[in-house]
Amino acid sequence: MMRLRLWRRDLVCQQAVELVTDYLEGTLSRSDRHRYEAHMAGCPHCTEYLAQMRKTIELTGTLTPDDLTPQMQDDFIDLYRQWRADRSEGGLQP
Amino acid sequence: MDSGTDAQLLTALRAGDERAFVTLVRRHHDAMLRLASSFVPNVAVAEEVVQDTWVGVLRGIDGFEGRSSFRTWLFRILVNRARTVGARERRTIAVGDTGAVSGTEAAVAASRFDGGGSWASPPESWIEEVEDRLEAGKLADFLRTAIDDLPDRQRQVVTLRDIEGLSSEEVCSVLEISESNQRVLLHRGRSRLRQAIETGFGRPS
Repeated sequence: MMRLRLWRRDLVCQQAVELVTDYLEGTLSRSDRHRYEAHMAGCPHCTEYLAQMRKTIELTGTLTPDDLTPQMQDDFIDLYRQWRADRSEGGLQP
Repeated sequence: MDSGTDAQLLTALRAGDERAFVTLVRRHHDAMLRLASSFVPNVAVAEEVVQDTWVGVLRGIDGFEGRSSFRTWLFRILVNRARTVGARERRTIAVGDTGAVSGTEAAVAASRFDGGGSWASPPESWIEEVEDRLEAGKLADFLRTAIDDLPDRQRQVVTLRDIEGLSSEEVCSVLEISESNQRVLLHRGRSRLRQAIETGFGRPS
């Protein structure tokens, strides 16, 4: 992300889009957060942009894994049974 | 069984329940494969790394005391193995592959702003489009491809944070990167994904 120095003036959109992640992560300083929120209050495009970033994160978070192929599932079951066999064998040793 | 927590599944698999093991494998498989792929040259090798990781998990299971989350532990084993295998397969490790994140990469192309830094070409709308009109499977496929297209280090962070749901501290611990690097990579990765969705589905608002 571009390291933009924030002067004591209003943010512009190009700066605001670089602060989205810091804002969502809660790592902005209090004064930067206020400046960010003040910009949002007056800028519908950046508000839409923030909503899109939130939606992007949400969509990524709801991806569900593809199921394992039967072959892969069998391989993993073999691996597990091997471990279980080794383990009970080991357990019998003094 | 599909709904148990990782901790419940671990207890069951320790007790010999192979369905618990398969459920756990299935649950983390995509993220593990995606993460492994970012360190090694091809999917076949990545699949070996994933299998090898589960062997390591089973061998180490009695020593795992749950001080870290299971996922952190699992992904640390994976990353260690993937790094070792990746270094061997490639012979040389790409320069700049580890260490600080450098360079600048804009979240949004500079050409979309005017001279004063205000939007000249504002974000196109797509939220409603993807929510209401797009088939869920189609969007998921699109998003998977976009994630696979991310640069390796961004893909690693996005996979762990946003797909697997690890905290930033956990991601830093798994990938051995600083908090600020983690945040930069996350920002770049998420920004690219947003742009990909806009490019794919956006309509001028």
